[in-house]
Amino acid sequence: MTAKTSVVKLEGVWVTYHETLALRDVDMEIEDGEFLGLIGPNGSGKTTLIRVILGLVKPDRGRVEVFGVPPDRLGARHHLIGYVPQRSQGDWSFPVSVMDVVLMGRYGRLGLFRRPGKADREAAMRALEDVQMQDFARRQLAELSGGQQQRVLIARALATEPKLLLLDEPAAGVDAYGEEKFYELLQGLKEQQGLTIVVVTHDIAVVSAYVENLACLNQTLYTHAPPSEVITAGTLEKVYGCEVELLAHGRIPHRVVEEHDGHGGHNVPGGHG
Amino acid sequence: MSDILSYPFMQRALVAAVLVGVVCSVVGTYVVLRKMAFIGAGISHSAFGGVALGYLLGLDPIGVAIPFCLATAMAIGWVSRRGRVSEDTAIGIAFASTMALGALFIGLKEGYNVDLFGYLFGSILAVSASDLWLILGLGLGVVLVVALLFKELLFVSFDEEMAAVSGLPVRALYFLLLALMALTVVVSIKIVGIILVEALLVIPAAAAHQLTRSFGRMMGLSVVIGVVSGVAGLLFSYWWDLPSGATVVLTAAVIFSVCFALSPKRRRRPALSRG
Repeated sequence: MTAKTSVVKLEGVWVTYHETLALRDVDMEIEDGEFLGLIGPNGSGKTTLIRVILGLVKPDRGRVEVFGVPPDRLGARHHLIGYVPQRSQGDWSFPVSVMDVVLMGRYGRLGLFRRPGKADREAAMRALEDVQMQDFARRQLAELSGGQQQRVLIARALATEPKLLLLDEPAAGVDAYGEEKFYELLQGLKEQQGLTIVVVTHDIAVVSAYVENLACLNQTLYTHAPPSEVITAGTLEKVYGCEVELLAHGRIPHRVVEEHDGHGGHNVPGGHG
Repeated sequence: MSDILSYPFMQRALVAAVLVGVVCSVVGTYVVLRKMAFIGAGISHSAFGGVALGYLLGLDPIGVAIPFCLATAMAIGWVSRRGRVSEDTAIGIAFASTMALGALFIGLKEGYNVDLFGYLFGSILAVSASDLWLILGLGLGVVLVVALLFKELLFVSFDEEMAAVSGLPVRALYFLLLALMALTVVVSIKIVGIILVEALLVIPAAAAHQLTRSFGRMMGLSVVIGVVSGVAGLLFSYWWDLPSGATVVLTAAVIFSVCFALSPKRRRRPALSRG
């Protein structure tokens, strides 16, 4: 633990929104190269935590450091963070091409007034290749399916050439098969580019098969450990309390094993039991 | 046609109309995509307060309208960004109170003989030589700023939060856009009138939005529609002796209806199945 450097460090972070407590005394360290799943019930503060790391929300109390400095002091190093927001936030009828959107990932590096050049287009194209969307570069965003739009947003985040990638419910609106493909993609990116990745998700079953650690949040951080420990230790019950809806989904896995059966089928443990 | 062009007032009005068509359409593209039409209405109506104040003080009404509109735009932006009052409430307050101030100033001015109707609905006779220089200077300035910050304005319009994460000065860009809207309103007052400017901030861009899914083409088409509406509206105004604001805006509205009817977009939006 001590040998690795931490990319994100939170100490005693408290956040209230309009007098509602969103985060309570959160301590957290995310190590360089970690692949972390951030889970918790609805309204548990997952998105707030991401926004704190991004510098979009200032904590009422506590310290936040990203790459050793508070996130609003990153200055020219903003591009070290890649962010994929929740799909529901986007304006999907906005008249832009896929290339336009991915190039936006380069704007922070470019600085004011300067137009993207050849090197930026190449970086954008590489990012599109990473998510296998290179054939769609000239298409308009509004013409794509939900899953394709999601991949474009990831390409945009990758085009900044980040060291830390934060994804807020990236698999929402993608079917189970697409979801597994999606996590395989993230895993590949982590291995090839040495990214630190944080994924916010509802889907404990699927994410557990891919991430190294799970962080369970419900206003405060309950645990930050490998999935096998989190799932067996009864932590989930503690975190989710009587969050019946999720339990009734039958998606809490007994044991999650990555399954491949050769012809691309998928198997979600628990299913709809 | 040539006899129309021989009148100096008509030459000035035509140059002004072309410029108004361009500036309104360029800025209007952002207004439409960022859904800021109501802010546009708030800022444009505040021009009435500025114009009336100019009259009361014996100064150039348009000259006074510039700081007045800028101040109102900044105030709306500041209040709505603070989040304690919702944006549309802030606009609703600014909208009515600046118009009320205008009425107050007019009332205070003894024995007024203002061409109020011209200011409210536009007039082809209104553009003086000095107005034209002001319109040209401000209009080209607005277009230049948009050209310089094209990519930044596109990014914040598409996804402001993401732009903030990338390190763009989103707050400054928001206030800049409000300032550009205020200046666009001032540029347009003489031809289109205070009451009707807001329509020209919205209609050409909205019509173009019906026809294309490309941002660049939307802005280009919007400019074409804006200029055609401006020039055609001016000619209708001349032929039928009507307020130019009315004919310009109605021309634009007719073009919008045609674009809407012919729109190839079925707006097939991918299903957002979220739990």
